[in-house]
Amino acid sequence: MGVIDLDAFAAEVGAEGPVTIAGLGSRGGAVPGVRTVYAPSGVEWVQPDEMIVCCGAGTPVDELVAVLAEHRQTVALPPGGTVGGALSVGLADVRRLGYGPVRDVLLQARYVSAVGEVVKAGGPTVKNVSGFDLCRLLVGSRGALGFLGEVLLRTRPIAQCSQWFQREASELFEVFSQLHRPVSVLWDGSCAWALLEGHPDDVHAQARGASLSAVDGPPPLPSGSRRSVAPASIVTMQGEFVAEVGVGTVHHAEPWTPPTRSLRVLELARALQHEFDPLGRLNPGIDV
Amino acid sequence: MNEGLAADLRSVMSADRVRTNATELGLYRRDASNIEGSAGVVCFPLTTTEVQAAVRTAQRHGVAFVARGAGTGLAGGATPLDHALVIATTKMNRVLSVDAVNRMAWVEPGVLNLDLTRQVSHLGLHFAPDPSSQQSCSIGGNVANNSGGPHCLSDGVTASHVLGLEVVLSDGSVVQFGGEEPEEEGLDLRGAFVGSEGMFGIATKVLVRLTQNAPTVKTMLMDFASVEAGAQTVSAIIAAGMVPAALEMMDQLCVQAVEAYIHAGLPLEAAAVLLVEVAGLAAGVEADAERIVEIGLAHDAGTVRIAKDEAERALLWKGRKTAFGAIARIKPNYYLHDTVVPRRMLPEVLRQVYEIAERHQLLVMNVFHAGDGNLHPLLVFDKREPGVMERVHAAGEEIVRASVAAGGVLSGEHGIGMEKRDFMPMMFAPADLAAQAAMRRGFDPTGLANPYKVLPSAGACGDVQHVPDGAWV
Repeated sequence: MGVIDLDAFAAEVGAEGPVTIAGLGSRGGAVPGVRTVYAPSGVEWVQPDEMIVCCGAGTPVDELVAVLAEHRQTVALPPGGTVGGALSVGLADVRRLGYGPVRDVLLQARYVSAVGEVVKAGGPTVKNVSGFDLCRLLVGSRGALGFLGEVLLRTRPIAQCSQWFQREASELFEVFSQLHRPVSVLWDGSCAWALLEGHPDDVHAQARGASLSAVDGPPPLPSGSRRSVAPASIVTMQGEFVAEVGVGTVHHAEPWTPPTRSLRVLELARALQHEFDPLGRLNPGIDV
Repeated sequence: MNEGLAADLRSVMSADRVRTNATELGLYRRDASNIEGSAGVVCFPLTTTEVQAAVRTAQRHGVAFVARGAGTGLAGGATPLDHALVIATTKMNRVLSVDAVNRMAWVEPGVLNLDLTRQVSHLGLHFAPDPSSQQSCSIGGNVANNSGGPHCLSDGVTASHVLGLEVVLSDGSVVQFGGEEPEEEGLDLRGAFVGSEGMFGIATKVLVRLTQNAPTVKTMLMDFASVEAGAQTVSAIIAAGMVPAALEMMDQLCVQAVEAYIHAGLPLEAAAVLLVEVAGLAAGVEADAERIVEIGLAHDAGTVRIAKDEAERALLWKGRKTAFGAIARIKPNYYLHDTVVPRRMLPEVLRQVYEIAERHQLLVMNVFHAGDGNLHPLLVFDKREPGVMERVHAAGEEIVRASVAAGGVLSGEHGIGMEKRDFMPMMFAPADLAAQAAMRRGFDPTGLANPYKVLPSAGACGDVQHVPDGAWV
């Protein structure tokens, strides 16, 4: 028996009354003024030769990353907070270009439903098309469909060499098109940064070819807003910003209002939320 | 046939694209599986508006509708039941726009998988999912099935390569899920739609991610005296921190069939052959290839053949991709299975697969995505032999059970459709299935989008049911 007791977690969530789930509060935290539960925490097992790990959703991401590092593997989740928080918010860090979005990380979830039942979504293998992809719906659902208890995540090997580089670049796509599968390319309007990983000879040959110089890390990201734009439109971005090239996420100093989704899409999302939690008791007030 | 429905459809699209004659309906009563149903009308829309009109017309008549691409599905997902309307998207086959810099393209669902790659190859790009049927399967079908392929080991299956979708929902409304913007607010409806087997609506435009071609590719073939040694090599490669572009395995019977067909000089005496492809930048590819050969030799690989040029590489891959054609030389019929097991369980499950086939007096060949643990046991037979179909189905079910019991899943890339619908309780408890049914109701409250697939009917739990009336396997 491992560290995760899902039945106890399900009993805590219960079947009645409003309830909210908290992690470490690093991504906005729980809904205030509502009975709060915490997901189980701890790494249940690591299978490096299967490239999967099983842990409680309450496990801090940094703790999970440290455990995986012992096996020379890592997981494509943004640092900080809990695993459940990272999945529920679903936003990647600046390595998304190479590591993929957070939604591609979750293979299987056991979550507690609005009626207090433990429900399984997905399956324990990287390749799996057995039934509808409920895992993809859970990632980014901010706890509105169910509270994640135990998750199986896809891991990835840690590269032999990982290095940030930089150069002046008024024309951002020039740098971008010269690199083969970079992990990240950032641009602030006048300067480009790139994170390259792989065999050291390849990393340095790529950097030389694109006239990049090694630096300690990426630039600080402005925190006024996180914008989601078509990557082709980054060239026209104004003001103080750092854009993720090839992805379209822009970290901007100024606030921003995201475009609203079409009414029919909103209606569909709410219909799904209603199917999973008709009384709206899970993280009440969260609009999906 | 449904004349009233056909007449109404002819008022919303050109009459010659609404077909009702018996011969044509016969062609559309099944996909590439053995499961047959019955089509009431088949229509071929050219635009989103025509798909929308077709769906609305079906709704008005209370008739179920089934989206169909190239019909290469192997699980009966595109098999129409009870005289449903088949909406074939094959004529919606344009690549609408390509953003070569940011590596994405909007395409219509009828574009063939390999045609897309061909159309962007001059840009140094390709569409990563590469099912064995890639010459004939469509992007719309890839979306519906969340298709895989040999190169999904390093690059992921279709869901990782679909950024956005235009969808006609079952009420006829047209919506967009995801898009060029990377972080849509709210639920990931795009992700939920991929792999929904036509039960959430019909994709009419797909925004796909394109992948940079690797500057260096190294393809090698290693042979082993036992299937176990080959499978252990696969695990050891992954455990060493490498993710090759592809790791494919063929067993002896399969190698022999393929060799007789393509004459590539494959080792006929070996119990198993492993096809490994490493792709990327030169130094990394060289280093990985060297370590992979070392690992192979440590597991008693007999010979190691490294493709010396593109022609030899193409020949080795031809062996892998034409395996199913080659098998026709042995017996006229085959039934292809698709399950996934944890890599470390491959030797044990393969042993069981051979044992199951033997017990049912069937010939089995294995050609599969070893790196993903994705098994494709191929039962070959002659269906004119009395009683053989019963044995084929019994053996198939046992193979699926053995895979799930080993910690695996029902399907890696073919989907559930009708073939494995009644196996779903092997993997999911009633509460798990209820959650999937809730997804379906959320997307399609009318229940007319490709009904009777994926979800076992209510009340079924624990054991296998029979396929619905009007269908036979």
